[in-house]
Amino acid sequence: MDWITAMTSVAKTTVLGLTEEEFIHPGNRACAGCGLSVLYRIGTKALGRDCIFVVPPSCLTVMQGLYPIAASQLPIFNGTFASTAAIATGVRAAMKRLGKQTQVVAWAGDGGTADIGIQALSGALERGEDIIYICYDNEAYMNTGVQRSGTTPQGSLTTTTPYCGKREGSKNVPAIVAAHNPAYVATCSAAFPLDFHDKLLKAKQIRGLKYIHIQTPCPPGWGCEERMTIKIGKAAVESGMFDLYEIENGQKILSEPSRRLLDKSRQRPVTEYLGMQVRFKALSKEQVSAIQEGVDHKWEEYRREFGEG
Amino acid sequence: MPDSRFKILTSASTSGPGDAGRTGSWRVERPVIDLSRCTPARTGKHACHLCWLYCPDSTVSKDIEPSIDLEYCKGCGICAEECPVGAISMVPEEEFEGGDNE
Amino acid sequence: MSEKRIDSGNAAAALAVQLAGAEVIAAYPITPQTPLTEKLSEMIAAGKMDAEYVAVESEHSALGVCIGAASAGVRTFTATSSNGLLYMSEQLHWAAGARLPLVMCVVNRGVGAPWSVWNDHQDAISQRDTGWIQVFAKDHQEIVDMTLKAFRLAEAVHIPVMVNYDGYYLSHTYMPFELPEAQAVKDFLPPYRYLHALDPQHPESLNTVTLPDARRDIHGVRQGGYMDIRHNLHQEMRQAMELWEEIDADFRQRFGRGGAPILDPYRCEDADFVVVAMGTLANQFHDVVDHLREQEGLKVGVLALQMYRPFPTARIAAALQNVKGVMVYEKGLSYGNQGALFADLKSALYPYPNHPRLHNYIVGLGGRDIRTEDLQRTLKEACLQEQQVAPEQQDTPQWIGLQL
Repeated sequence: MDWITAMTSVAKTTVLGLTEEEFIHPGNRACAGCGLSVLYRIGTKALGRDCIFVVPPSCLTVMQGLYPIAASQLPIFNGTFASTAAIATGVRAAMKRLGKQTQVVAWAGDGGTADIGIQALSGALERGEDIIYICYDNEAYMNTGVQRSGTTPQGSLTTTTPYCGKREGSKNVPAIVAAHNPAYVATCSAAFPLDFHDKLLKAKQIRGLKYIHIQTPCPPGWGCEERMTIKIGKAAVESGMFDLYEIENGQKILSEPSRRLLDKSRQRPVTEYLGMQVRFKALSKEQVSAIQEGVDHKWEEYRREFGEG
Repeated sequence: MPDSRFKILTSASTSGPGDAGRTGSWRVERPVIDLSRCTPARTGKHACHLCWLYCPDSTVSKDIEPSIDLEYCKGCGICAEECPVGAISMVPEEEFEGGDNE
Repeated sequence: MSEKRIDSGNAAAALAVQLAGAEVIAAYPITPQTPLTEKLSEMIAAGKMDAEYVAVESEHSALGVCIGAASAGVRTFTATSSNGLLYMSEQLHWAAGARLPLVMCVVNRGVGAPWSVWNDHQDAISQRDTGWIQVFAKDHQEIVDMTLKAFRLAEAVHIPVMVNYDGYYLSHTYMPFELPEAQAVKDFLPPYRYLHALDPQHPESLNTVTLPDARRDIHGVRQGGYMDIRHNLHQEMRQAMELWEEIDADFRQRFGRGGAPILDPYRCEDADFVVVAMGTLANQFHDVVDHLREQEGLKVGVLALQMYRPFPTARIAAALQNVKGVMVYEKGLSYGNQGALFADLKSALYPYPNHPRLHNYIVGLGGRDIRTEDLQRTLKEACLQEQQVAPEQQDTPQWIGLQL
């Protein structure tokens, strides 16, 4: 393969090979069973200590801890809601001036990325800032008590869509990001933490803006037991509702857990995913059918593009 | 250059465990590992370790005989749910003497 | 070698920032600041200034970039006006509470609605409670000198400084000024250092959620809560006045200019009546003062207020103890109350034994022409005011130049 077009790649990390070093202290304020917690923990193993994180108000802010105790063993800047990507830009500019290779990593929620944070993110994308931007998507404003956001799925019950569920569809944030032609776009899930780990290792090697969108199931917000976090994440991917992929040089490649669904027989029905969560209990039969149709249609397109697995 | 006559108080936190206190007190149920079923414990060599991988709070050790840090384990039950050989069960806190059952 | 030139106020500001060696510039264009940002990006592109220019997509992000870069350990700069300043208001509070050594120039312009591009002080006035130090320049030389001193003050006290200058009156007019020699500025301005710089070698989490009450850290030592941190900001802002005077004295020794860093009086020594004003308005009063003294025999003077926040309560109250009347002319107000400067001044005088009669005038909003003859007429009227006016009327601002 031509080295210019070859996608950057790293070796696959296994559980046995994953470092035991921890970067986040236990006894923090994340909810029991928090999906973000799993990926924050595993993600920091990939990122290492030569990092500066930028965090807007979000679940992660609370997880950082109350002054004067911090849960993360890394330098963190907690900033205003709308400006995550701008602050990260500034930190990166400073690193450049200081001649440092320190990774600048933004960790923002779906609200801080797709709603209030989208202006700053779009600006940073347009400028091609050399940062890693991670959007952890628990699909609502969870930190403030489960209000609907731009990424809340259609039909989902939240405190601001309390009876019939959200009428509108959700923003396809990776697609919005991809339209800016950044250096790297990827999607990940809390159910596949090693996939996230390896995509971060890859992102570290790439120059330009690397955007990673991670689905982080939220037991209190989604309405499930805390122990089901990983199972729900797996159901989201294996039903084809949340797809794992990378986009590099304009080319989209499905990641392993999603690529398996090219074999239609491996695609689980959406009801297996939707039925696990109280937030979807207001969905009518027709709405569920419509969701299944939408997913089927999307995957037919994938199969046309990538072949049947 | 900061002038030493000024204290300059800011919110700058240094890291350590237990920001939320002893989060073990959050537990209603406690994970108990049956070492006779646990794959690494049973075979005597490193294997599986999915409980360690998926624990959101890094309270499961990556030892051949894994143990749980009960000081901070929040009792979410993910380890029990994900263990491929069903070696972990969630047992109500009341059943342990001196258990966290507030 | 220092350099004398004739150029615009915006250029003066840009050249001062170049001399100060700001390394990260993030700015969003807004009238009448635009030529300032253009000049900076031109100097950087031409290799005359070694800095990163970040073409941000909004003012909120402009200050966001500066906040990030300053926290990570480099000297930064931004500039704005009017609605741009309002848009970054949240970030102003953030920077002050985070004790960041930032410097920003605000090219003063009226705020919308309705839209105005012309000069008044409402933009800066509306942000007087954010915890930023606010100084007002009256001419191009002061723009240069204040900006250089602002970097030193901000970095010494770790409180952000806003250097204000009048849109169009200063930004777009041409005046001679002197630029100090580059090495001399380097000697005046020590290298940038932020006390809590983001550093993987010494990791800290900055600006986390802070409880109402004090709490112990990981070493068991009690650290202040929110109110203590905010109290410290206020206290040290007050103490910054002395430091500003020290810095000005040092600047004067090195560069031969300065000496009136907080209050700049003109013919106030024997004055019965003193005008208090900020920015170019204070300079405009020089002619008025000269005329009323020579032609009307009125002993008037004008006191230019150079530092508005922290408000120099004791200094200004002391300066006005022995006058009969004080006339505050200003280009901004606290809506629903009265002139902001007037209210601050009145409050400063309250605890003192002597209370001169106070008058408040609102002028020049949205760039309305401030005619010297109107200033003269109203000042003379106030000086000669014989009869007692009802307190409520005395305390109500008069608006000069209304056209309806």
